[in-house]
Amino acid sequence: MTAGVIQPQGAAHTRIYSYGAARGEIAVPNEDLVGPIDSSDEWIRQRTGIITRTRAVKETTAIELSTDAATEAVEKSGVDPSDIDLVIVATISNPKQTPSVSAIVADRIGANPAAAYDLNAACAGFAYGVAQADALIRAGAAKYAVVIGAEKLSDVVDPTDRSISFLLGDGAGAVVIGPSDTPGIGPTVWGSDGSKADAVGMNHTLVEFRDGAAPWPTLRQEGPTVFRWAVWEMVKVARQALEAAGVEASDLAAFVPHQANMRIIDEFAKQLKLPDTVVIGRDIETTGNTSAASIPLATHRLLQEHPELSGGLALQIGFGAGLVFAAQVVALP
Amino acid sequence: MALTNEEVLAGLAELITDETGISADEVALEKSFTDDLDIDSISMMTIVVNAEEKFGVTIPDDEVKNLKTVGDAVEYITSNQS
Repeated sequence: MTAGVIQPQGAAHTRIYSYGAARGEIAVPNEDLVGPIDSSDEWIRQRTGIITRTRAVKETTAIELSTDAATEAVEKSGVDPSDIDLVIVATISNPKQTPSVSAIVADRIGANPAAAYDLNAACAGFAYGVAQADALIRAGAAKYAVVIGAEKLSDVVDPTDRSISFLLGDGAGAVVIGPSDTPGIGPTVWGSDGSKADAVGMNHTLVEFRDGAAPWPTLRQEGPTVFRWAVWEMVKVARQALEAAGVEASDLAAFVPHQANMRIIDEFAKQLKLPDTVVIGRDIETTGNTSAASIPLATHRLLQEHPELSGGLALQIGFGAGLVFAAQVVALP
Repeated sequence: MALTNEEVLAGLAELITDETGISADEVALEKSFTDDLDIDSISMMTIVVNAEEKFGVTIPDDEVKNLKTVGDAVEYITSNQS
């Protein structure tokens, strides 16, 4: 007779307990960036809706931003840091491939020895992390998770690039996720399309840089291609996430898309035919595009500015380099 | 039945007006989308997607780059109508 193993079962439901946020210390106005791209404040505002973006000082890394955001989220959650047994950090801008941001952050927030790993799903990273934390808690592999989206994108911008650099900012947003008596995180609709890998991403490898064959790698994008995909393809994904969660657009309190570009957000909302009652995250105006951090940062701000959203449902959708995407409906804490 | 150049031009002008507010009278075959009509890449893509739906054509991203003038777009649409 073969000895059996015990397989765990977790909580029936999960929810987001709390949000935390940290933005770069410096507000960088358009005027500071227009010289090298031969542009103007008006040109940037018209194409992106961005007025300023937050960027971090040299000494501040994604680790500090993550720690600050996670500390706020944990404090607000009421969960003892020592009870947190999973820390996931979504990031694409850690300049040190290993060790991970997450292991250091887990230690700094008092969650040592929580399981900790970084994930690379670009601007969909936070929604990927929420999907994983939800699944791992319901599977019994963890009880309380911290999910962080964190980027210091100012390390990977080219001041002369007119495709994406001037959109980008630095920041981190965090949530605590744990067991719940009622469903608080809807099914995640996620996926990828590697056939469009060249549409957005780094323009060179570190090896090419080391060998003197290329300058320091920075982000680039095919703007119009990304725009078409981000609106008309992602609208289908957003609708699938609503359907999977069993809710209608009119049931939503908030819509929080990845803060890629205000034009994308506006067209997305138009295509989704959201009722006027749905509050839309527009944090990009003063924070810029912070990739994996943008959704939790935008939600954190919505909850500050509209406390009445608490308890309502939010549709969040991330999409970006890969290409990758993920969407889910969540109950706001 | 396939639409004529004039019908496509009129339909395209409507889409351009909806997206940009540019008067339909200003939309003529020889006009450049960027230099004459001042249409940026994001508005251009919105017009392209709406034109695909309106005229039942497919306009791939790589093809959009070749559509410099309104006339280019009208010709592409009329010759690719199903």
